[in-house]
Amino acid sequence: MIISIASGKGGTGKTFITTNLARSLESNVAVYDCDVEAPNSHLFLRPDVLGKTSFVTTVPAIDLEKCTFCKKCMEICRFNAIAILKENALVFPELCHSCGGCFRICEDRAINEVDRILGDIETGKAGSIDLVHGRLGVGQVMAPRLIEQVKSRMKEDVVNIIDAPPGTSCPVITSIKNSDFVVLVTEPTPFGLHDLKLAVEGVRALNLPHGIIVNRAGKGDDQVSAYARKENIDILMEIPFDRSIAETYSNGEIYVDIHPEMKKVFKALFDKIQEQIHHRRCN
Amino acid sequence: MIKEIVILSGKGGTGKTSLTACFAAMAENKVLCDADVDAADLHLLSAPRIKETTEFKGGNKAVIQSDKCTQCGICLEVCQFNAVDEDFQVNALDCEGCGVCVDLCPEQAIKFPSVVCGQWFVSESRFGPMVHARLGIAQENSGKLVTQVRQEARNVCRESQHDLIITDGPPGIGCPVIASIGQATAVLAITEPTVSGIHDLDRVLALTDHFNVPAMICINKFDLNLEQTAAIEQLAEQKKISVLGKIPFDPIFIDAMVAGQTVVEYEQHSKASLAVQQIWQNAMADRAMENTRLM
Repeated sequence: MIISIASGKGGTGKTFITTNLARSLESNVAVYDCDVEAPNSHLFLRPDVLGKTSFVTTVPAIDLEKCTFCKKCMEICRFNAIAILKENALVFPELCHSCGGCFRICEDRAINEVDRILGDIETGKAGSIDLVHGRLGVGQVMAPRLIEQVKSRMKEDVVNIIDAPPGTSCPVITSIKNSDFVVLVTEPTPFGLHDLKLAVEGVRALNLPHGIIVNRAGKGDDQVSAYARKENIDILMEIPFDRSIAETYSNGEIYVDIHPEMKKVFKALFDKIQEQIHHRRCN
Repeated sequence: MIKEIVILSGKGGTGKTSLTACFAAMAENKVLCDADVDAADLHLLSAPRIKETTEFKGGNKAVIQSDKCTQCGICLEVCQFNAVDEDFQVNALDCEGCGVCVDLCPEQAIKFPSVVCGQWFVSESRFGPMVHARLGIAQENSGKLVTQVRQEARNVCRESQHDLIITDGPPGIGCPVIASIGQATAVLAITEPTVSGIHDLDRVLALTDHFNVPAMICINKFDLNLEQTAAIEQLAEQKKISVLGKIPFDPIFIDAMVAGQTVVEYEQHSKASLAVQQIWQNAMADRAMENTRLM
C-alpha cells in the first residue's frame, strides 16, 4: 500500500503527519522522503543510518582527439548542454538531462559517458520504521530522477508512506503517482485554500483517491471546509491551532512520542484511508 | 540601476509571501514579481488587475503517429525516461521533451509539438506593477517560467523607471529556486526556529553561496523556540550573514491574510508589524544589497 502525504502550500504539516502516522502504526511501515530539495523526515525519525549511496547519472564528455566538430550532438541536445565551436567542444553538465541523444548520434565515437553525482540516498531504521530519504545535491536540478530512485526502494507488503514536496509540478507528480491514496494537508487560510485547490486539480488529473487534513484548525476562516463539502472531499482529520504542537515540532520531537495517547487518532486516520482504498477497489 | 531582492526559505510555509507582501506595502518605486509559479499566492494579498496575459510554451512532447509507426521499437529502446509504452503511445507525464526518439525514428513518425505549460501575467496591483504566472497542473519547466517572469519584471521595471524588484521565491533549492536567484542582487532567507527550518536554511545558504549571490536572514516566530533561534544566529555569524530581524510568533498574520491585507496594513503598530518594518529598513541598508552586479 502506498499513501502519499502532499500539499500545495508548503509548511502545512506534511512531515508532521508523515512522522506521526508512521510512529503510530508501529509495524510494517516505511517512510520515503521524496522532498529531496528540503528533506526533513529524518530530523524527527532520527534513524540509525544503514546505508548511503550516491545518486549518479551519466553526462557526456567529448574527446577532442576524435571529435570532428560536426555539431550533431549539439543539434540533438534540446537542453543546450553542448556547444561545439570551430575547434573546441564544451559540455555544460548542469544542463544535461541524461537523455543519451548525444551518445547515440555521434558517428565518431567521440563522446564518453562520465558519472555525475546528483545527490544521495540514505536508508535507515528508526525503531521498526524503515526510512529512505533522497537529498538533492546543491545546485542540481534533476529532482524527479532522484525521487524515482527513492521510490524504487518501496516494498510490496508494507505500508509505504511518501512525504512529498510542496507544489503541483513535476517533483510532486513524480512523488505521488501510483499512490493508493493521497492525503492533502492544508490550513484554513486563503493561501491554504488556494493551494489546496491546485493540489486537488493535480490528484484529479492523476485520478488518485484523496482526502484532506486541516492543520491549525480554529484559526483563519471556514472556507476550506466549505470547499471540501462542495467538492465532496472527505476531511479526514483536523489538528487544532495549538502553540504547544508547534513547540514540540520545533525541537524535532514527534508529537505522539510525547503524547502516546494521540496514537489512536493517527491509527483512526489510517483506518479511514484503508477503508477509502478498499471502497475504491470494490467499485 | 535596477536591484532585485529575492525572498527564499528552503522550507515552505515560513512566511515568504506574507513578508514579500509587507515589503510591497512599504517600498516605493518597485515592481512585484511572484516567482513561486507552482503555488503562487502573492496575488491573494496584492489584488492584481491583469493587463496582459501571455501563454507560456515550456517545451515539446513526443507524439507517435500510429499511421506512420511500424512498431520497430527504436523509440522504446532510446527513451531514457520509459515514456513510450508497449502499444507505442507516449505518456506525456513521463516524456522529458528530449526529442531523441523524434530524431532517431527511421519512419519520421514522431511529432514534437510544443506544449502550453501555463500563462504569465503583467498586472497592476494595489502595490504597483506586478508580474506573476500560473504553471499548469502537473507541468514541467517551472524553472523556465520563473526565468520568463523575472525577465519580464525587469522589463516592466525599466519601462516604469522603477529601481527595485521584490521577488517572492519558491520553496526548496531545486530548479525553480535556482532560476529565481540568477543575477539577483541579494537573497533574503526567512526561516523559523525549528529543526527543519534550520536544516533547510542551511541548504538555501549553500545554494546562494554556490551561485555567489549575497544572502541575508530573518527569523519568523522566533520566540517559539529561543534555543533554535540562537542556533540560527550562530549559523549566521559563522557564515558572516546579517540577521536583519526577528518576528514574534503571532496569529495576527493569519488574521491579516483572512482580511486580504498585509500585517503592516492590518495592524501597523503590532510587534509583528514593527519587526517587519525593521527588517525592511535593515535589508535596504545591508551590504548585501550593495552588490552591483549587472541586471
